[in-house]
Amino acid sequence: MSLASNALMLAQQLDATDAKNANAAIGAGFAYGLAAIGPGIGIGIIVGQAIQAMARQPESAGQAQTTMFLGIAFTEALALIGFVVFILLKFV
Amino acid sequence: MTMSDSNSMLNSYDGPSPALEVAVDIAKRGALIAPAVILVGALIWGSAGAASVAVGLGLVLVNLLLSAYIIARAARISFAALAGAAMFGFLLRLGIITAVVLLIKDETWVDLVALGMTIIVTHLGLLFWETRYISGSLAYPGLKPGTKLIRRSDRESVAS
Repeated sequence: MSLASNALMLAQQLDATDAKNANAAIGAGFAYGLAAIGPGIGIGIIVGQAIQAMARQPESAGQAQTTMFLGIAFTEALALIGFVVFILLKFV
Repeated sequence: MTMSDSNSMLNSYDGPSPALEVAVDIAKRGALIAPAVILVGALIWGSAGAASVAVGLGLVLVNLLLSAYIIARAARISFAALAGAAMFGFLLRLGIITAVVLLIKDETWVDLVALGMTIIVTHLGLLFWETRYISGSLAYPGLKPGTKLIRRSDRESVAS
């Protein structure tokens, strides 16, 4: 029996609830995974630029650190939104 | 990156940590609004909502304080350590939030919608609130809670 006919039989056995749960699980995984990529890149850029600023101008390191911390926190909000979407899709 | 740039990556920041000051200030504001936020959660979602809002607010404040603490400690070692700490700190803090939520998600006193909404709204709300004070004074330490903006005419009269 071919793989395609096996898949077809399996699909027929699934009811609507199973299919909905499966789609929700896939969507939740993508939501959390993709939502973590952007903030990861953003935080990398923020920290890299702030470190460059602190290394070049040590006298303004305090100000650069404040701005860096706020930038990290704002960027991280995107990851938190992705996490909340994951929770709502998967468990609610 | 030139040789001097790579050497300066080994420098460290020895002054007081402004990130920690900002995070502690945010935590104070969070503690200040906690009763009101929990009351709103109780009114909308009931007792489970109140408990979830309290947990969500706690997670947000711990997350911000931990972030600032990691940055402050790493900056005292070297700027290179700061870069590593920022990356692993991001992973660590997301992992902690995920672990806590997955641990309590099946409890009867938890409302996941209330928890999720609280995490997003309080995180962004507290940050915007704090930014208002920081942007009011760009000079280091750049943090003057309670400072009222002075009108230009008053400032000029004091100067003269």
